[in-house]
Amino acid sequence: MPGHEWKRGAAAIVGAADMVSPTGELDGTPRAIETAVIGEALAGAGLTIADVDGVASCVGGLFMPSVELAEYLGVQARWTDSTQIGGSSFEAHVEHAAAAIQLGLAEVVVVSYVSLPRSTAKRGGRGFSGAAGQADAAAAGVVAPRLEWEMPFGMQSPVGAYALAASRHQAVYGTTSEQLAQIAVDTRRWAALNPKARYRDPLSVDDVLASPMVASPLHRFDCCLVTDGAGALVLTSAERARDLPATPAYVLGAATAHSHQMISQMPDLTVTAGSVSGPKAFDLAGVSASEVDVAELYDSFTITVLLALEDLGFCPKGEGGPFVADGKLGPGGAFPAQTSGGGLSYTHPGMFGMFLLVEAARQIQGAAGPRQVPDVDVAVAHGVGGVLSATSTVVLGTEATL
Amino acid sequence: MTRPTQLESTEAAPYWEATRARQLVLPWCTTCERPFWYPRAACPGCLGTDIEWREATGRGAVYAVSVQHNAALPEFKDQVPYAVALVELDEGVRFMTNIVNTDPFGVAIGQRVRLTWDPVEDGRAIAVFEPEEEASSGTDL
Repeated sequence: MPGHEWKRGAAAIVGAADMVSPTGELDGTPRAIETAVIGEALAGAGLTIADVDGVASCVGGLFMPSVELAEYLGVQARWTDSTQIGGSSFEAHVEHAAAAIQLGLAEVVVVSYVSLPRSTAKRGGRGFSGAAGQADAAAAGVVAPRLEWEMPFGMQSPVGAYALAASRHQAVYGTTSEQLAQIAVDTRRWAALNPKARYRDPLSVDDVLASPMVASPLHRFDCCLVTDGAGALVLTSAERARDLPATPAYVLGAATAHSHQMISQMPDLTVTAGSVSGPKAFDLAGVSASEVDVAELYDSFTITVLLALEDLGFCPKGEGGPFVADGKLGPGGAFPAQTSGGGLSYTHPGMFGMFLLVEAARQIQGAAGPRQVPDVDVAVAHGVGGVLSATSTVVLGTEATL
Repeated sequence: MTRPTQLESTEAAPYWEATRARQLVLPWCTTCERPFWYPRAACPGCLGTDIEWREATGRGAVYAVSVQHNAALPEFKDQVPYAVALVELDEGVRFMTNIVNTDPFGVAIGQRVRLTWDPVEDGRAIAVFEPEEEASSGTDL
């Protein structure tokens, strides 16, 4: 194809911040919290809001997320992205921002997220968005397919959808509930090293299996938290990054894919769109799966991680269970993953993809404190949105990888 | 059983009308000569709009199953635990349903199932499935 080609490392994450509390709750309005976390990310990058010329957001406001956020921040944007693909939105924002920065469409981009489901629910609010407004739409003969073809059968959403995928993986490949539980156990071991994490006490496979069944075969501790949280990223060009005090986490490759919206439309419940976005991201990054030093895989549920390990090529399809069984995902293990403590133990405000990127960037920057994996050159953040519906994979690298 | 009010899209009106006669009909694309699910204004394979509604055999196999230990909505509170499944019909389409008239914990992937109906108050009905070898005795979960 004529024209521009993807240039690995032409853009970098230079600022990354999270606002998360061990209580699971944050004080303040969503915009106040969001403004603070963006300020922290900018300060870490050695930049100010006046430097920002591009904004990406997928939540907040009523109508156009990135436009409303930019106005609130006083940013006159020349690049914008309101892409909403669930929990993988932020990986897509980084992909799009890196491409835009390469093309000169933007120079300094802020990607942000805030969601306060836990404190909102306590105040009697609905927490996550649901079916509000659907009655009006139904009156006009327009019905969201999920409400017509799935809601009548009482599947808890989203956990029931992930449970169906887990049931299929167990039946086809012999994956055990013990193997899935090991993922939650190792994630908790990382959370013990993160003072912001919601759950830090040790967890055993038996604890997971003894926790109440929610939707078979998934137990309560196979499921992520519901907490408040916010995060922000700052990206800029490699050229400008070199003049900044922060260590750049270069965007080597990124790709996005989706296969369905409803679980009942997923072509094969054991294969996600990560089998498309993962290999493409590695291809653009010029690295192979075996060169990844640390992986931040979306862990809405334990099965989400298992499928990502297979689809991104860290192990062959069907072998995710034996792959994780020896605890290699945990601290000191052969394949460190979900080093923040993940959505299972650290925080999960509804869309966890932001926190995958924050942690991956910190691992590249050598700024992960007690959770720092030694000698990290390549890190992967792999977001999953909806019910295994949309995936977006970002490969980050140190300057040594350029 | 009690279910949430069944919403009906314009595209699926023939499907819901057929349920009044307890017929399971599927939209077939006459260009591709195959059924698709869920009902749409055009075939998701070719975007063709020559669509015929044809009755299905009502037989298929369990593709995936999960027993719900909590009610997804208040309407399901008295039914816990109940089996939500994806059933692959012999015609080749897959859809979400419940497996009824059996122990939900005994439902297995690959198991043969057949159609049965759960009436809706307005005369329509919800397509649910039961194991082939067991006799029908109502549609309580």
